[in-house]
Amino acid sequence: MSTLATLAHGIPTLVADGKDNPLADFSDTPVWVSLIKVVIIFVYLLISTLIVIWFERRVIGRMQQRPGPNRNGPFGLLQSLADGMKSMLKEDVRPANADKFVFTLAPLITATMCFVSFSIMPIGGVVNLFGHRTPLQLTDTPVAVLLVLAVAGVGIYGIVLAGWSSGSTYPLIGGLRASAQMISYEIAMGLSLVAVFLYSGSMSTSQIVGAQANLWFIIPAFFSFFVYVVTMVGETNRLPFDLAEGEGEIVGGYFTEYSGMRFAMFFLGEYINMFTVAGLATTMFLGGPLAPPGISAINNGMFNEGWWGLLWFTIKLWLFMFMFVWLRGSLPRVRYDQFMKFGWKFLIPATLGWVVLVAFFRGAQNGWFGTGGVTILGRTFPVASLFIVGVIAVAALLLGWWWDGRVEAREARAAQGPPAIVDPFAGGHPVPPLPGQTVQEPSYAAAVESSAASPKETVRG
Amino acid sequence: MSNAPGGGEAVLFWILGPLAVIGSLGLVFAKKAVHAAIGMALTMIILGVFYIAQDAPFLGIIQIFVYTGAVIMLFLFVLMLIGVDSADGFVETLKGQRIATALLVLGLGALLVSAIGSVVYPAPVGLADVNQSPGNLSAMSELIFGRYVWAFEVASALLITAALGAMVLAHRERLGKGRNQKDWSRRRFARGEHVAGLPVPGVYARHNAVDTPALLPDGTPSPLSVSRVLTARDQVTTPQRYVEPELEIRHEIEEGSNR
Repeated sequence: MSTLATLAHGIPTLVADGKDNPLADFSDTPVWVSLIKVVIIFVYLLISTLIVIWFERRVIGRMQQRPGPNRNGPFGLLQSLADGMKSMLKEDVRPANADKFVFTLAPLITATMCFVSFSIMPIGGVVNLFGHRTPLQLTDTPVAVLLVLAVAGVGIYGIVLAGWSSGSTYPLIGGLRASAQMISYEIAMGLSLVAVFLYSGSMSTSQIVGAQANLWFIIPAFFSFFVYVVTMVGETNRLPFDLAEGEGEIVGGYFTEYSGMRFAMFFLGEYINMFTVAGLATTMFLGGPLAPPGISAINNGMFNEGWWGLLWFTIKLWLFMFMFVWLRGSLPRVRYDQFMKFGWKFLIPATLGWVVLVAFFRGAQNGWFGTGGVTILGRTFPVASLFIVGVIAVAALLLGWWWDGRVEAREARAAQGPPAIVDPFAGGHPVPPLPGQTVQEPSYAAAVESSAASPKETVRG
Repeated sequence: MSNAPGGGEAVLFWILGPLAVIGSLGLVFAKKAVHAAIGMALTMIILGVFYIAQDAPFLGIIQIFVYTGAVIMLFLFVLMLIGVDSADGFVETLKGQRIATALLVLGLGALLVSAIGSVVYPAPVGLADVNQSPGNLSAMSELIFGRYVWAFEVASALLITAALGAMVLAHRERLGKGRNQKDWSRRRFARGEHVAGLPVPGVYARHNAVDTPALLPDGTPSPLSVSRVLTARDQVTTPQRYVEPELEIRHEIEEGSNR
């Protein structure tokens, strides 16, 4: 201990005030209250899933100018319930080639792992639950956010093993795609969260929410937010990144051979994973259960307390859900190689650069690069940070200027227009002339060349 | 022992300990490589849970994150990609390696038992104090970036060198520029052959399959429509057995069912 203490004096510590351990106080939470919270979270997620399936189909219906499900119950609200009952009663087919044990294990992994991450989400303030003052959060640890990433890593096994155990080609390809895709995007996701850790000085979710009382991290860590939103679509296999189940290319991907209840488990897992990544985004960037800026100031932060947090958290969660649906309604699926290139060659390096930048800003806030500061709108910014921002702004200006010049040159080249006379057979295939073009008589040489190409079929290869 | 684990931890240990042993035995004895990888993943997760139970949350989570989430997942990825089978590894290339291995294992076991058996431990300090005062992560990072910064950086340099070395060894430089989708399309048009792409395999009224060639307008099968791999393996079937029922269906539609 004594060596540790001397070391602590020797190294300038970034986290000076011991923010490691959770802010949330679980001392007045007996085990049975924790069990009740488990049930609350479970029911909250199941009901949210039932609603979001209906919500997605209705909203997409509106976007595609059709009504969507509207038969079962008011506004078609009971449609997901009917679908769930249908999958329970359906015949559960298992292919003869499938690996019996793993084929059943895979959907179980997906369906159980998706619930775990929500245990560390702060979904409300401190409430009075059966006579005990307890935070509306199942648990919190010093490494809570890492826990979400680790559980997501275990959850991938469900998809990969499903693809392998089906004993069929398309599921195997889907499983391979899923594992490559989710591992690559988990790297960018973890890196994007580093900026939040640097700003809050902790990985505990309650500390992170507490650190956002004055300013949500979406503003200082805006680039991280952008990267996180992209990666959370990639992590959940949703359009436009649903390459693991691209039905135009590989039938249904990893769950091609699944039916009945086992398929329903994958379905459940996918939707709850959407809630998990959206919940993490809410916690990390949008202040979790904190009230929106204007409202949080009313009556000394009355709306930040107790059960109100559940309302704000749910609203923020559903904003992300709407975004998921919106993306699905508007974007086509990307090509797999473009998707991987985007992840590895843009997201990861750019996020690394951003993390270095944020580390510099945090160092400047700690006064390691001089103590001078400029006060703007009641906030003091270190001179070193402002200098770096200025350098980046000038660089962006120069880059924009150079880029504009290139675009203008390209447009000038394009404005010259097509030639006045066109040979329709020049490329070997007849092309109609553009308006205003005159057609040159087909040249004899081109006709000879096209007749020279063998009309006989050749075996592929 | 004065600091025997408490009730909850003991229950946790006696449930998860046997499971971890089963997982590691599965790694050794499983016939399929994927089952072995699953067993290993189970053991790694349970080790992580044990670390967490012993007041080392960071170590436990990183154990699960890195080993289960990344390392074994990469094993699985490679296993699935190259399709390793149990049929692959039954030829012994080195004679007598089993006996030599058994002897070496016994020797190592004896060495470990004699060495570990004679170790005297000081009274354990526990992590509770450290977790409370500077915090688990802060104490850890002070050690990593303070006292052991050189060991840490050297280890990371070693790992990066290994990764770069693997990339250099595995990478093959392409001679000339590769063709992309656009180039292939241009080439098809320039040559004027298969402008709309190759014909797809046979699609019939009640059946479609990649191993059945499509029929040309004159009724002859098109060899272009099946993959050359299937042709080489001699796995291409004739469309005759799908054509006949189709004619029957047409007959039924025209003449009415006679069943």
